[in-house]
Amino acid sequence: MEQSHVVLQAVHAVSYLRFIVLFPLLGVLFNIFVGPRLGRKAVNLVAPGVVFLSFIFSFAAFLQLPPEGALVDTVYTWITAGTLQVEVALRVDPLSATMILIVTGVGFLIHLYSTGYMAHDEDVARYFAYLNLFTAAMLLLVLGENLLLLFVGWEGVGLCSYLLIGFWYTDEEKASAGKKAFIVNRIGDAGFLLGILLLFWSLGERGIWTLSFTAIQTHAGSLAVGTVTAICLLLFVGATGKSAQIPLYVWLPDAMAGPTPVSALIHAATMVTAGVYLIARLHFLYSLAPAALTVVAVIGALTAFFAATIALVQTDIKKVLAYSTVSQLGYMFLGLGVGAYSAGVFHLMTHAFFKALLFLGAGSVIHGMSDEQDIRRMGGLKEKMPVTYGTFVVACLAIAGFPGLSGFFSKDLILEETLASAHGSVVLWLIGTVTAGVTAFYMFRLLFVAFWGETRAPHDVARHVHESPTSMTIPLVILAVLSLIGGYFTLVPFLGPVFGGHHAAHGSALVKYLPTMAGFAGIGLAYQMYVRDPGMAERLSQQYASVYELLLNKYYVDELYDRLIVRPLVSASHWLWQVWDTVVIDGTVDGTAQTVEANGLLLRLWQTGNVQAYALSFLFGAIVILGYYLW
Amino acid sequence: MVPVSYHLILSGILFTIGVIGVLLRRNTIIIFMAIELMLNAVNLSFVALAHHLGSVDGQLIVLFVMAVAAAEAAVGLAIILLVFRGRETINADELNLMRW
Repeated sequence: MEQSHVVLQAVHAVSYLRFIVLFPLLGVLFNIFVGPRLGRKAVNLVAPGVVFLSFIFSFAAFLQLPPEGALVDTVYTWITAGTLQVEVALRVDPLSATMILIVTGVGFLIHLYSTGYMAHDEDVARYFAYLNLFTAAMLLLVLGENLLLLFVGWEGVGLCSYLLIGFWYTDEEKASAGKKAFIVNRIGDAGFLLGILLLFWSLGERGIWTLSFTAIQTHAGSLAVGTVTAICLLLFVGATGKSAQIPLYVWLPDAMAGPTPVSALIHAATMVTAGVYLIARLHFLYSLAPAALTVVAVIGALTAFFAATIALVQTDIKKVLAYSTVSQLGYMFLGLGVGAYSAGVFHLMTHAFFKALLFLGAGSVIHGMSDEQDIRRMGGLKEKMPVTYGTFVVACLAIAGFPGLSGFFSKDLILEETLASAHGSVVLWLIGTVTAGVTAFYMFRLLFVAFWGETRAPHDVARHVHESPTSMTIPLVILAVLSLIGGYFTLVPFLGPVFGGHHAAHGSALVKYLPTMAGFAGIGLAYQMYVRDPGMAERLSQQYASVYELLLNKYYVDELYDRLIVRPLVSASHWLWQVWDTVVIDGTVDGTAQTVEANGLLLRLWQTGNVQAYALSFLFGAIVILGYYLW
Repeated sequence: MVPVSYHLILSGILFTIGVIGVLLRRNTIIIFMAIELMLNAVNLSFVALAHHLGSVDGQLIVLFVMAVAAAEAAVGLAIILLVFRGRETINADELNLMRW
C-alpha cells in the first residue's frame, strides 16, 4: 500500500479548543476542594457535566473541521530556546477529532455510569477528581500539537491510571496492582522518552530544532532510514507499555483491581489506545521504516493471539475482558503494522464502544451480584438482568465479528489489509483469523456461563440479584446502539486526509468471509461446550491438563518476569541495603563519629573544670613564650 | 628622682602577688580582687614608662584600662552574685559544672 505523505493544508486558527481540556480540569478542582463539602449530589452533577461540556465543544470542533484541514488553538509559547520554540498548541484534525469524540463521548457515558456504580462508596469526590483528571490528561494527549504536550498527557493518564487502580488503597493487593501498572509503564516510558530525544537530536543535527508534529512530518524525509527505525522502535516500546502489548502487557490484567468503570474507560476504551494513537499520529515516521512496521505488526499479531488464548480459561469476568482488551489492542497494532492506519484507528473506535460496553455490563453484573467476579458462581442472570444481558449480547456479537455489527467491519478491514498490504503477510492474516475464532469462543463462553443456565450463586446472593439503576443502564443502551451501528461510521474516508492515499482492499470472497466464519465457529463451539454439553469443558481440561494449566497460569509470564527481573532486582536491592548501605555507608559515617567520640573521651580528661588550674597552665604558657622571646 | 626601674620592680612585685592570688585563693571575690591588682600593676608600669619616655600614650592607655576594669568589675560582681544565689557558694573548687 503506497502512502502519499500529505500535510493538511487548510489550517484554521480557533480559540475554543482549550476549553475541551479546561472543563475536566475545572471538574478536578471542584471535586478536590468543593465536592467533598457539597456532597454526593453536587459531585454526581458536576463530574459528568464537565465531560459533557467537553463533548459539546469536541462535537463543535468536529463540525467545524474544514475538509482536508485542521483546527489549531495556540494558547501560549511554553519554551523558547534559540531556534526551538514549543507552543502550547492544540490541534484538531480528523484523527484527533475521532479521539476526542471517543474520549469525551464514551468518557461521559462512563462518568454517568459511575454515579450509579459508586453510589455506595464513601470517597466518590476523590474518585471523580481522578476520573476528571484522567479525561483532561487524555484530551491533552490527543490534542497536543507537539510531542512534548503529548508526553505530558501521556504521563498524566499514567498517573491517573495508577491512582484509580489503587483507588481502594486499603486493600494491599489493589495498591500493589497500581504500583505494578505504574512501574511497567515507566519501562515503556523510558523507551518513549529516548525515542523523542533521538528524534529531537537527529532533526536538530540538520538544524531543525522542533517537536511539532507538522514540522516533523515536513522534515522526516531527511532522516536516515536507520535513525528512523531506531526512533520508531523506541517509540513503540512506549506504546507496548501504555497499550499493553508483549512484552509489557502484564500490568493490564492486574489493573482490573480498580473500580469497573475505570477498567472500562481507562483500561479498555481510551488510555490503552494511546499507544495506537501515538503510532497513528507518527505514521509518517513508521512509513519510512518498514522494519519497524514489521515489528509492530508481528508484536500485534502475537499479542492478539496469546492474550486471546489466555482469555479462554480465565474465570474472573474482568480478567477475561482484560485479556480480551490486550488481544484487541494487538489487532489494532496489527492494522497499524501493515500500514493500514485508518483500519487500526477504526478498530480503536469500535473497540472503544463494545469493550466499554462489555466492561460496564460486567460492572453491572458485579454490582448486581454483590461484588462477585467469578463466572463459576454466576449463571442464570439472563432473566434477572434483562437490560444488562441484552446489551452484553450485542457487545459479544460485535467483538465476535457478527456481520453488520461494528466489530465485524473494523476487524475484517484489518485482516483484509493484512493480506493485501505490502507490509502484511499470510501468516499474520492466519494468526488474526484464528484469533477471531478464539475471540468469539471466549466471549460466548463468558456469556453462556455467566448469564445462561441455573444460578450457581450462594442463596443469599442469588436472592439479591437485581437489575442496575437507570444511571447505569442508560450508558449500556447507548453504547449498545453505538456497537450496533459503529461500523457504519465512515471513519476510513474521514481519516483519509491524515493518512494519505485511501486504499480499498479486494480479497477473494472466501478470504473475505473466513474471519467471520471463524467467529461463527467459535460461537458454535462455545454453545456446544457450555450449553448443550456442560461437562465437555471439564473433560477437555482434564484430557489436556498441561495445556489447560499453561493457559490458566497465563504462560507463566508473571512468574518468568518475577524470576528474571523482579527477584534479582529485589535481591540486588537487598544487598545494597544490607551490605552497601548498612555496612559500608553507615559504617563509614558511624565510624567517623565514633573516632571523634573516642578522641573526645581522651581529650576531655584535660578539662578539669577548675578555673585556677586553667589559669596556672595559662601562666606557664605565658612564661614559656616570654622566655622564648627574651632569650 | 626615683629611677624608673624602681617603679617597674614594684609593678612586677604587685603583678606577681596578683597572679599568686588568682592561682591560690579559692574565694572567687578574692580572685577577682587579685585580678584587679594585676591590672593596676600593669597600669603602674604604663604610667612609669610614660613619664620616663615623656609621652602621654601610656597615660591614655591607663585611662582605658581603668574604664575596662570598672566595667569588668560590674559584670564580674554581678556574675558572682548570681552564682551565689544559684549555688549558695562562691568557692572556686565547687564551681565545677564545666567539668567532664
